[in-house]
Amino acid sequence: MRIGVPKEIFPGEKRVATVPDVVTKLVKLGFEVVVQQGAGELADLSDAAYVEAGAGVVPSAAELWAAADIVFKVRPPTADEVALMHAGQTLIGFVWPAQNPELMQQLAAQKVTVLSIDALPRTLSRAQKMDALTSMAGVSGYRAVVEAANAFGRFFNGQITAAGKVPPAKVFIAGAGVAGLAAIGAAASLGAIVRANDTRAEVADQVVSLGGEFVKVDYEEEGSGGGGYAKVMSEGFQAAQREMYAQQAREVDIIITTALIPGKPAPKLITAEMVRSMKPGSVIVDMAAEQGGNCELTEPGQAVVRHGVTIIGYTDLASRMARQSSTLYGTNLLRLTEELCKTKDGVINVNMQDDAIRGLTVIKDGEITWPAPPLAPAAPKPAAKPAAAVAEKKSAHGHGSSGPMPPKTLAVVFGLGALVFWAMGAYAPAAFLGHFTVFVLACFIGYMVVWNVTPALHTPLMSVTNAISSIIVIGALVQILPPEAGSGGRPDGLIQWLAFAAIVLTAINMFGGFAVTRRMLDMFRK
Amino acid sequence: MSQSLISSSVATVAYLGAAILFILSLGGLSNPETSRRGNLYGIVGMALAVLATIVGPRVAAAGVPWIIGALLIGGSIGVYAAKTVKMTQMPELVALMHSLVGLAACLVGFASYVDTSIQYTGAEKAIHEVEIYIGILIGAVTFSGSLIAFGKLNGKIGGKPLLLPARHWLNLLALLVVIWFGREFVLAPDVQSGMTPLIVMTVIALLFGVHMVMAIGGADMPVVVSMLNSYSGWAAAATGFMLSNDLLIVTGALVGSSGAILSYIMCNAMNRNFISVIAGGFGSGAPTAKAADAAAEPQGEVVPVSAGDTAELLREAKSVIIVPGYGMAVAQAQHTVNEIVKTLRAKGVTVRFGIHPVAGRMPGHMNVLLAEAKVPYDIVLEMDEINDDFGDTDVAMVIGANDIVNPAAQDDPTSPIAGMPVLEVWKARTSIVMKRSMASGYAGVDNPLFYKENNRMLFGDAKKMLDEVLVALKS
Repeated sequence: MRIGVPKEIFPGEKRVATVPDVVTKLVKLGFEVVVQQGAGELADLSDAAYVEAGAGVVPSAAELWAAADIVFKVRPPTADEVALMHAGQTLIGFVWPAQNPELMQQLAAQKVTVLSIDALPRTLSRAQKMDALTSMAGVSGYRAVVEAANAFGRFFNGQITAAGKVPPAKVFIAGAGVAGLAAIGAAASLGAIVRANDTRAEVADQVVSLGGEFVKVDYEEEGSGGGGYAKVMSEGFQAAQREMYAQQAREVDIIITTALIPGKPAPKLITAEMVRSMKPGSVIVDMAAEQGGNCELTEPGQAVVRHGVTIIGYTDLASRMARQSSTLYGTNLLRLTEELCKTKDGVINVNMQDDAIRGLTVIKDGEITWPAPPLAPAAPKPAAKPAAAVAEKKSAHGHGSSGPMPPKTLAVVFGLGALVFWAMGAYAPAAFLGHFTVFVLACFIGYMVVWNVTPALHTPLMSVTNAISSIIVIGALVQILPPEAGSGGRPDGLIQWLAFAAIVLTAINMFGGFAVTRRMLDMFRK
Repeated sequence: MSQSLISSSVATVAYLGAAILFILSLGGLSNPETSRRGNLYGIVGMALAVLATIVGPRVAAAGVPWIIGALLIGGSIGVYAAKTVKMTQMPELVALMHSLVGLAACLVGFASYVDTSIQYTGAEKAIHEVEIYIGILIGAVTFSGSLIAFGKLNGKIGGKPLLLPARHWLNLLALLVVIWFGREFVLAPDVQSGMTPLIVMTVIALLFGVHMVMAIGGADMPVVVSMLNSYSGWAAAATGFMLSNDLLIVTGALVGSSGAILSYIMCNAMNRNFISVIAGGFGSGAPTAKAADAAAEPQGEVVPVSAGDTAELLREAKSVIIVPGYGMAVAQAQHTVNEIVKTLRAKGVTVRFGIHPVAGRMPGHMNVLLAEAKVPYDIVLEMDEINDDFGDTDVAMVIGANDIVNPAAQDDPTSPIAGMPVLEVWKARTSIVMKRSMASGYAGVDNPLFYKENNRMLFGDAKKMLDEVLVALKS
């Protein structure tokens, strides 16, 4: 089949849906690729490079749309472009079916199949390689920092120069999704002090791992919605959050906001009042500008100065790094194509049984199939969150027992324990109780001591405990020839031989166990 | 009593000292630095206890030659075994030693029962006899179970679980019979009539030990070995009750709880509960597993690489994590691994090891092998310490491991190993899996890792392949 890549016609859009490197791989999969003349020009990709990679070049959009069986695009098609489509054609690109109901109708009328890359079920780990939203957000996050640095009149990193001391810039990032995390990483590597906040508490570790500092909202509520997005929070939480933002606004030089809630206008996090409280020369980059902006004063698509603060509301951050984002996007589409064409024969199969492809497919042969039914819940995550658990476990050397028991279980355990102890106290003779006390206490000591053993030494632990358990030799020692021997019809000979054998066995264990432990421990060297 | 060197009170105090030394000995193992001293404490404690007993009031002077003879025979066998055992055979040796403790507990139990010189009456008699009964029971299970574990570990007995029909019912029946004979035993008026139930019970316990371990698959061995370790401790504790000796009780309890904790850690690491491991027969749910396999057939292509390319990948990497598994132990490849590590480190590559808790056949097995090869222990990290670092790693090299790096444990809820913590090697930029063939691991689950696009397979014997990699690295 023939894949066509038209030039993007949306004003200001510099990206292109495939790059020469990807073309080579598409050709290997058995596809023929045609590119519209100048499609990659704005992303610094020449027609010659495409030709070299094995693509054909056609001069006009009309010819391209007519020739292609599959069209790769970045932006949703315009009405004109839809008119160029023909029945049976497949379109792959950002379509935003929820925001563009009219476009969906037009596309359906053309009897085409549409795979909207933004409708990918992101919770499927298999889908990550196709997740264009993530790769675009990563580019945007990086670019947001670059834009902020450009508008900001100072160094990001602190410096002590002959001309005096420069304090490091303080950057606050609202929302630690993919874009937020990319921005944290970029700002931290420029040397700024980076703080970030997110309603989802579980991202705190990720923030820290990128060199940021996680700022908590002083209010208990968990904000994880489905699919890696946040949800709308309660009134009390929002008040506490506003207070935290107001304080950050007074302290920091740069704010980058990335807060989005799917299907809703972006939450207004930064009020005009907060902007006024910022230091002159500060910068706000509002990455949610397209959905109305996280800042009240944002003007989508523009960089404006309000109260001495530059507010950048560009909606084309990814497009501003066209070559990078085109490469990533092209690779995402390549991965998708691989999924569609498992046979590697250049023919795609839109398999509606496949969860990922089902999610993506918003129109199938002219029939609207959006929204896809919800997925079955993904695999249960392993109980412990790795990063948090690590810190705790390191300090405890070993594995550290899990959290405290729920009170109810605890009560039952204690109740049963009390009953058992009462029964013992009532019926057992005193001599037994003495030994029993020792036994129970020793179990507890063993429990405490052994949890401290480092896992690397578990094998020596076993061999040393094994050696120690040959303490049973004492039992044999006291039997071999006690002072009472010969009295009361005691079968001395038999006992002596039994005890002798027991001593031999335990001695093997005792000497062997300690010797082998020693041999092993001697090997543990730094 | 006048001929004994020390009084019974002094002996008791010496026992107390020995108990403290044993606790310190286990405490010393919290860190490799202090562990050598810990072992020394153990030796001193043991020597103290044995000496105090020999010179104490409970042993007549004429018995001493017997004791010394027995200690010499046993001691020389033990030291010889310890000196000659290969580190890869450690699990077998440990299992065999557990069986000795079990057998000794049985012998002491029988000897104690036929000893009529100390007479108990009433509740004390009943308790004493129950103690003997339980002591022999645990001892016998430990003995036969450990022997089978030993056989399985050194390959004399196949690793496949032996699943008798209605095996849970058999076990239950055995338990009921044991309880019934226990009642007979306690009610028996004299030693002769009590002997029959005691011997019948011992035979049942031996069979039960065999059956229990036979039903457990090869890769569950870490749990079995640590569980038997625990049993040998409980056997010692039961003997302590039998002889009214607090030192035995304390030591037995220490060892018993240590083994129990290890079993618990191992089970956690496999995300399985203790009962199901002991009940045995992993993979008995085979039909469902098959169905799940069919549904989640891994997609993608297996990309083999040569040893030369592997060396190239390693040389160009900035950071490498090596994940060893049982395959490394089988191939005895740890020394070559260390050579590779040294070469890479000399080139400035950061090399670390990621150890899964159940890698190998015994808790801590991999650590011991790497230590034997003189890999510095500070670059050998636990799963929890290293799992987050795979994302920043250029090459993750898996040597002879399979299930512990299977992404299906996280992605596929229908997988038999779903939820088991695994090392996330697929997050590294490239992962290389060294394996003899595409055969599935012990759990019988296909591994989607092999089909990931950033994964490469290096087929062949681990030792041979690593030797080739080393040569290529050095050239």
